[in-house]
Parts: sequence; structure tokens; C-alpha cells
Amino acid sequence: MKAVNSLVEDIYYDDDIVKKFILATLVFAGVALAAGVMVALQLAFWPMNLNSEWLSFGRLRPLHTNAAIFAFAGNAIFAGIYHSSQRLLKARLFSDFLSRVHFWGWQAIIVAAAITLPLGYSHGKEYAELEWPIDIAITLIWVVFAVNFFGTLAKRREKHMYVALWFYIATIITVALLHVINSAEIPVSAFKSYPVYAGIQDAMVQWWYGHNAVAFFLTTPFLGLMYYYLPKAANRPVYSYRLSIIHFWALVFIYIWAGPHHLLYTSLPEWAQTLGMVFSIMLWAPSWGGMINGLLTLRGAWHLLRTDPIIKFFATAVTFYGMATFEGPLLSIKSVSSVGHYTDWIVGHVHGGTLGWNGFMIFGMLYYLVPRLWKTELYSVKLATAHFWTGFLGTIAYYLSMVVAGITQGLMWQAMTPDGRLMYPDFIETVTRILPLYWVRAFGGILYLAGFLLMVYNLYRTIKGAPVSVPEKVRVVNTRDVTAVETGHRGLEGAVTVFSVLTFLAVLVGSVIEIYPTLALHKYLPPSAQVEPYTPLELAGRDLYIREGCYLCHSQQIRPLASEVLRYGSPSTAEESMYDHPFQWGSKRTGPDLARVGKKYPDLWHYRHMLNPRVVTPQSIMPNYIWLATNDTDFLVLRKKFSVLKNMGTPYSDDQVANADIHAEKQAKEIAKSLEAQGGPSGLERKEIVAMIAYLQALGQKAKETPK
Amino acid sequence: MNILYLMIPLSLLLGFGFIAGFIWSVRSGQLDDTETPAYRILDEGEEQP
Ligand code: HEC
Repeated sequence: MKAVNSLVEDIYYDDDIVKKFILATLVFAGVALAAGVMVALQLAFWPMNLNSEWLSFGRLRPLHTNAAIFAFAGNAIFAGIYHSSQRLLKARLFSDFLSRVHFWGWQAIIVAAAITLPLGYSHGKEYAELEWPIDIAITLIWVVFAVNFFGTLAKRREKHMYVALWFYIATIITVALLHVINSAEIPVSAFKSYPVYAGIQDAMVQWWYGHNAVAFFLTTPFLGLMYYYLPKAANRPVYSYRLSIIHFWALVFIYIWAGPHHLLYTSLPEWAQTLGMVFSIMLWAPSWGGMINGLLTLRGAWHLLRTDPIIKFFATAVTFYGMATFEGPLLSIKSVSSVGHYTDWIVGHVHGGTLGWNGFMIFGMLYYLVPRLWKTELYSVKLATAHFWTGFLGTIAYYLSMVVAGITQGLMWQAMTPDGRLMYPDFIETVTRILPLYWVRAFGGILYLAGFLLMVYNLYRTIKGAPVSVPEKVRVVNTRDVTAVETGHRGLEGAVTVFSVLTFLAVLVGSVIEIYPTLALHKYLPPSAQVEPYTPLELAGRDLYIREGCYLCHSQQIRPLASEVLRYGSPSTAEESMYDHPFQWGSKRTGPDLARVGKKYPDLWHYRHMLNPRVVTPQSIMPNYIWLATNDTDFLVLRKKFSVLKNMGTPYSDDQVANADIHAEKQAKEIAKSLEAQGGPSGLERKEIVAMIAYLQALGQKAKETPK
Repeated sequence: MNILYLMIPLSLLLGFGFIAGFIWSVRSGQLDDTETPAYRILDEGEEQP
């Protein structure tokens, strides 16, 4: 469809795919927010766990986080990237077919996640809970996305690549790398696998991933969107294009090193902790450069803030970005982290970012895109304004309640009497104190959800009232150096993109190939080390612990702080978790640390506590796990599990592997007998609860000499 | 801590990748003009609602 002058062409953009991703965003945002409200209610009011295996907190929480990050934010990012890139590059997407594979593949992944997570198929690593078949699917679809994006880049008609595109490129490359490295795992069965890393190594990889997932899934793509949609919506150029470039390069160079700030005061080596802290503090500068750049783009257009809901959303989002990126470095300072870590402050921090920054960017973008794509007017500006205020109040209620709850609880944990004892030795005291704030948080979440529903209705009416849309031709001017085509220069530029795709694939394949043999077979401490690996029954219990998501409320990592040692025992050592595939250090203490809970209570105490925690701790908010007493343990699979772990370097003998099930049944009988002897019911030896008790009683008991 | 032998090279690889990207962007003139791109996106590629 070339015009006479070959520099001017009429082309069609693929807006259908953008619309598809927008609708998917709306659907899954609903799921993510509803699941969020549900888990918030469960924490405020434990009966909301509904005594249900599939809906208890530990299983719904991964559903909430995964849906929010990968389904809600993910679909929105794809919509925004596909829409803005076509315009910035003056080219239709590389392949309509790949676009559709990307779309349907991603939705299939989300549906698979929504089914498997409640069923308890989980990796036990936060934000990476999905099991191995889904992990592989994510990798494949991400490669499809990458090829489609870089292909579009290669056939672009605009020589200059606007800064937003750089943010997209960094996103695509880095997320692929993070996902592949962190998901390296060896399957045991169709929906169970063990990560190749153990203990401290797993912790490092996990938080390298976890931190950079925030950086490259929830920050860089959104900054790209900000640099495109904010100027477009305000109809003003970005305040300083130069600053945006500095923002980008500074951010991508610094972010990748900051992960260890999630592991301050753990058994991670001191220097790695300090490195993480220093880089985190350095991040403050570029982040604020970006925030200022975004806000000052509105210079001279501040009046829009009063009238235009899109600008309201964008300006508030950028402000929350500034807040979160100020708070992040603050929390990376060791002394601040000692109070904030494991508390709800972190939860508040995250939601300032997700609800305030990501959510509001997405809402602003949707209000901008839907009328334009469907060629109509927004149904109601009033409703959009109402959405803004409910969402804003919801976010503030959420954020403030969690910061106050976190600091309150953090200080209570550390409070000591003058004679050196804990002021609040009963953990539950520190829980009941903040329970009212859990209600405020749930209320904030409900407001946010209500605002979102207003938007859904508003957009539904907008789309319904829209005329039947036909794709429109767009006239574009090719600015890539045309004379260079003959000299081959253009070919070279094309080569750069082909080259990046190839490098990217090479890195992917290379890391997978490299990582399996080196890490899988590597024993990083001699087998003579001071720690005993789990028995088969304990391992079975550990897998239940992972399945039920206990790590989402319990940590297993005692920090070297006086109050913590008093409360839980001597600090955790790196050796103690050396056979833990995956590590279960946790990141949140809604309940107490469990690293040394073994032998603290008799078996029967655990039995009664697991079935109904309120029997032993009247005000507990922990869910009931009644199904553990009725479900049977799968003994046979333990052989396979042991052989996989042995291959990865756990020092099990051939006999232990071959007879894992027999050893497990033997130990189960002993525990069942002890339960009965203590006055519990009989006939529990094949039930899951016995495996769980075996595991809990082993915690902190595996080091041959207790660490000092 | 063997994991560092994987993670540091990978992080460096990523870093070098970004450096290569940066050098390419300077060489190919991507950063020559830091004024007009901000204006260009405003009047291109968007049909009015
Ligand atoms: C919703 C958060 C939550 C979840 C999920 C949760 N717990 Fe708890 N847990 C608590 C709270 C709060 C306490 C403290 C009150 C009590 O003793 O029940 C606690 C206490 C405990 C204790 C007693 C610790 C001690 O030192 O007194 C054990 C053991 C325990 N939980 C095990 C588990 C296991 C195993 C799972 C997973 C099947 C689990 N918890 C899931 C919140 C939770």
C-alpha cells in the first residue's frame, strides 16, 4: 500500500489485539482484587478461611499475588506496549499470528494458575509459585512476545527509538532471564518439582528474582507507559527528554544489584547484605529523577488535574511511585529493616506501589485508551472521578493501616523490660493489638475494588455505546535513512535487532543448559557437614507445608537480634537450611518464626493446634487444617522424591532412596502411637497430619551440634 | 555460596548487554537529539477520539 512517494505510506495498526488485552485486564483485575479482599478478610476474621482446603489463606494468597502481577499488570502492560509501540515505531506489529498466540497463551497460563494454586500445586517460592509445566509455558509465551516485539522494532519506519521503547526492551530481556534462572527445577511428577537450588543459594536467587520482578515487571514497563501516555494525555512534551534517558540507564544498571536488601540480618554473608543496601540507596536518585520528570511534564497544565480524570490518575500514580521509591531505600537501611522486616509495613510498602502506582497508571491508561480505540467518548467523566476518589481513599486506608500495624508490631516484638526480658513474650498479644488495623486494611481493599467496579461499568457503557469500528488507515512518514538502504546501513540496523533476539535466545538456552548440571549436581558443603537431611516422612510433611502455603505466615529464619534470640532461640545458620529445596525462610511473620519449633511442644499439641489453633491459643488467627487429619499421605512418591533430591546432592544412601516409603511408614506409626499414648485418637498413621507433625518436630533439630 | 558464580556473571552479562545497548544508541545517533522526540510523539500516530 505504498503511496507515490515511497517515504509516505498508509498502514493499519493492529488495534484488535490491544482491545483483547484490555478486556483481559479488566477480567483478571477483578479476580486479583477480589482475591486480595478475600485474603485481607481472612486475616481480620479467621472464619473467612471457610474451613476449606481450596480457599484457605495459604492457597489464596499466591493466587492473589500471581493474579495481580501477571494477570492484571501483565495484560495491561501488553496492551500498553502493543498500542504505544506500533505508534512509536510507525509499524504494525510484526506478526498477527504471534500476537494471538501471545494473547491466548497468556490467558491459558492464567487460567492454569487459577486452577492449580487453590489445588495446592505450588513451588513454595513467592511470586514464583507456579509449577514446572506452567513455568515452561510462561517461558515459551514470553519468547513469542519477544520475537513479536523485536520483529516490530526491526521493521519500524521511525529511525529514532523513543525512550519508552528502551524501557520495554529492558523489561522483555530481564524478565526472561529472571524467570528462567529462578524457575530451574527438577520435576518429581506432573505437578511437583524441586528447585535445583537449596537453602541460602535458593534464597539469593529467589530474592534476586523477587526484587527484580518488582523492578522489571512493575517498574520499567510502567515507566515506559508513563513516558508515552502521560505526555499524550496532557498533550505536552515530557519535561526533560534528556532526564528520561538518564533515568533509564541509571535504573537498569543499579536495580539488578539491590536484591539482597530482602535478606538483611539473615545468614547471607555480611558483604552481600551491605552491597544490596548500598545499591538500594543509590536507586533513590534515578527513581526520583523519573518522578520529577513525570510530574513536571504537567507544568502549565495543572488545571487538568481538576477536570481530567486521566491526569488525576497519572499524577497520583507518579506521586505514589515517588513515595514507594523513597520508602524502599529507607527500608533497605539495616536498622530500619530490623523493625520493618517480616511485618505489615512491607505489605503496606508493596501496596503503595501496586495499588497507587501500577493500579492508577493502568486505570489512567484504560480511560485514555478505551474511548480512542472504540472511537467514542467516555460514558461518564463523573463516574471516572468517583472511581479516582474511592480508589485513592482505599489506597490511603490500606497503606496507612499497614504501616502503623507493621511499626507497632515490629516494636512490640523488640520491646524489652529493663531486666532484659521480652515485654510481650506471647506472640499472639502482638497479633491481637493490630487486628483492628487488619479491618481497616480490608475496608481499604473493598473501597479500591468498588472503585474498580465503577470503572468496569463505565467502560462497559462506553464500549456498548460505541459505533461498529472499522480499522482505519494511518498515514506515516518513513524517517529511517532511505538512501542508506543501498549502502547497506539500514540492513545493519536491522541486524542489531536480529542480533538482540539471538543473544536473548542464546542467553536463555545457555543458562538452562549451564545451570542444570552445575547446580543440580553440586554439593556446596561436604556430606560430612554438621546437618542431617530430612527423613522421608519429614520431607512429606515439608511438602505439605509448602502446599498449604505456611511460609506465607511463618518465617524460618531467626535474625541475630537480642529480642529475636530471646523469643525464638539462637540465630539461624546457613548450614541449617542447606538441604532445603526450596528454602522456606519466609518474608512475613503473621505467626511466629518456626525455625526452632521442633520439640517445643508435644505431638498432641500440634495435632490439636493444626485442627483448630484456637483450642490451644484462644485468639489465634491461623486457619484450621482439618483435612490434614482425613487426607492420606502419598508414601510411594517419596522414593521418587528422594532420588531427585539425592541427584541434587542431598546425601541419601541407596537404601534410603529405595525404601523411602517403608522408612516413612515406620516413622508414621511411631508418631501415631505417641499421639494415641498422649490421649489423641488412634489410627492416624497414614494421615497427612502425622507427616506434618514429623516435619514440625524436626525444625531446628537437624544440626548435629546446636549452633551457639 | 556457589550460586554467586552464576549470579554475578549473569548480572554482569546483563550489565554488559545494557552497556552494548547504550553504546549502540550513542553510535547510531539515538541520543543526538534530546529535544524533538518529546514533541514528535505528540503529533504522530494518534487518531483523535
Ligand atoms: C494466616 C496466617 C497463618 C497461616 C497460613 C499459618 N499459620 Fe501457624 N500461626 C499463625 C499465628 C497467628 C500463630 C500464633 C497463634 C497460635 O499459636 O496459633 C501461629 C502459630 C503456629 C504454630 C505455633 C508456633 C509456636 O511457636 O507457638 C505452629 C507450629 C504453626 N503455626 C504451624 C503452622 C503450619 C504448619 C501452617 C501451615 C499448614 C501454618 N501454621 C499456617 C498464623 C498462621
